[in-house]
Amino acid sequence: MREMIVEELSQAMHELARGFAHYLPRLIVMLILGFAGWAFAYIVKLVLRSILRLIHFDRLSENAGASQLLAKAALPSPTEVVSRFVFWVVWLGFVLLGVNVLGILGLQEQIGKFFFFLPRLFIALFIVFVGLLAASFFSRAALLAAVNANVPSPRVLSLAIRSIIIVFVLSIAFEELGIAEQTMLVAFGIAFGALMLGLAIAFGIGGRDLAQQFLEKRFVRSKKEENEDEFSPL
Amino acid sequence: MSQDTVLRAPTIVPGIKVAEETFLTDDFLRQLINVGEVDILVGLPTHNNAKTIEANVKAIQSGILRWFPRERAVIINADGGSRDGTPELVTGVSIDDVRASSNLHALRTLHSISTKYSGGPAGPAAMRTILAAADLLQAKACVLMSPESSAVEGEWFLKLLRPVRNDGFDFVCPTYRRHKFEGLLITNLLYPMIRALYGLRIREPYTHEFGFSGRLAGGFLNQNVWDEATGGRGAELRFTLAAITKRHRICQTFLGDKEHIEHRGADLVPALRQTVGPLFSAMDADFPVWSAVTGSQPVPTSGPDHEVMMEPLRVNRKRLRDMFSSGVSELASVFQSILSSSTLSELHQIARMEEGDFNYPSELWVRTVYEFAASYQKSVISRDHIIQSLAPLFRGRALTVLNGNRNSSAEEVEHKIEELCLEFERSKPYLLQMWKAGE
Repeated sequence: MREMIVEELSQAMHELARGFAHYLPRLIVMLILGFAGWAFAYIVKLVLRSILRLIHFDRLSENAGASQLLAKAALPSPTEVVSRFVFWVVWLGFVLLGVNVLGILGLQEQIGKFFFFLPRLFIALFIVFVGLLAASFFSRAALLAAVNANVPSPRVLSLAIRSIIIVFVLSIAFEELGIAEQTMLVAFGIAFGALMLGLAIAFGIGGRDLAQQFLEKRFVRSKKEENEDEFSPL
Repeated sequence: MSQDTVLRAPTIVPGIKVAEETFLTDDFLRQLINVGEVDILVGLPTHNNAKTIEANVKAIQSGILRWFPRERAVIINADGGSRDGTPELVTGVSIDDVRASSNLHALRTLHSISTKYSGGPAGPAAMRTILAAADLLQAKACVLMSPESSAVEGEWFLKLLRPVRNDGFDFVCPTYRRHKFEGLLITNLLYPMIRALYGLRIREPYTHEFGFSGRLAGGFLNQNVWDEATGGRGAELRFTLAAITKRHRICQTFLGDKEHIEHRGADLVPALRQTVGPLFSAMDADFPVWSAVTGSQPVPTSGPDHEVMMEPLRVNRKRLRDMFSSGVSELASVFQSILSSSTLSELHQIARMEEGDFNYPSELWVRTVYEFAASYQKSVISRDHIIQSLAPLFRGRALTVLNGNRNSSAEEVEHKIEELCLEFERSKPYLLQMWKAGE
């Protein structure tokens, strides 16, 4: 009996030692990948930060309105945020590669999905950034045109254009990520429709006087007012 | 080969050099080749100007017959697709009518050529066409005429061409008799700023009527102003700046009344795009020139360098004030990117003033303009948006000038313009400081 217990224990120890010996190199590889990944990610972060500073990415983000958003959330500058984000993504990628080396069933499939998801994540982020730039540009263009044409409530018009573009961009980004595609589509349709309906009601019914003023100014009074300013800038 | 196709094969015709690549149409080139070299070229950019063009062409022909009967001359009409028969009117005016009515005779054939370009109203494409023709025909003296002016006189040609033809000048700027409230963008921004930057007192730096030498035309054609994102917008102003920076000989000549059919108050934004945009844009390339200039010098002038009319003028002051105030308030987020906090704060204070007390002082106006120029250089936002956002502020400045000069005499108006010019010159170090910080 005693011999049997000793033998079982001895066998278990052997298997543990064999298993450990089997996993140890993989564990070491994982740790090496983890450290190497950290070093690589850090270098990537430094290089990316320099490039972004060189191309004045912060100014670009300021134009897009991203800087203001980050400032409101007490986050660092856009250059810093992007650099850190890329650092974590690269390092996480290496860590997951290391975990993959361990050969744990089930995890491998999830890791594969993660790497498949990465390009889509970057594309979605790119879409959001360009979308914010476009929203900022077009809303400012509308604001300037409205102010110079003496249109009432120019900021409302500008904000409406900005909102429409951002909602549109977010729906595209979510579709790219494959997150709640149907929900986003329906949400976008409802939001867009509601916005248009709201504007129509506000302008047509709620703001009848405003609409009347606007139309009069546009089609009736424009000539009269133009004649009132009988001086030429040039 | 279609008419719009770019010519690539070198063409050699006696007396005319044709560049290997030209944007001119085949038909137009053939007509130019038939004309050969000329002494005088008159450029006439048009677009639906049937009402005034016939009288203008007659005045041009009369001027050439009267003042330059021995010269080889050509009238080049660059038309932007008129639908009212303008080109036909240009080429249809018979020199015999002018001869008969004025009893004048030319010793040379007076050619008249019309060509079309795509691009709508007379603009950079028309000017480029005329300059290219002047270069190809090796014209000695040229003059560009505005088709919209209804006061063209034959004597204008003498005034604009003689300094080039006889006195060796390369660029002849006109000066006009204007109402004291006309051309506020010129008197409050373009003239004083160009004077402060480049050191020359040119009263009408942006004009559609001027004389120039073939040498200046050829040099300007090769400048990189046509292929920029602006598409050559404001080429007239760039032409003036090119004459200054390339150290060509410049003079001014008094033409009389300034006709203004277009450019109402509603056209302020296009006016800013055509003038202030090109000026700010040129400052980048011209930095080595203007950064070394201090003070300013007068330009040789024939006749008075300005004359002021005092007739009453109907202006909607309330509308100007409202548009300034709403602009300052609604565009606060835009101005935060362009102006310093102290300037913006002062503008907010002015925006709260009543119409009667309204005052946008010269010192603040100069600081505003210089900060806009520095922001344009740094492209803090879209450059076109920077130019557009200047419009409400200019309205505020215009209102101050209108209020301040309501009962002023011509001398007082001129004195105030001179004071503003000196303020621009005094504040130039501030601009330089911002400019260097942005580089």
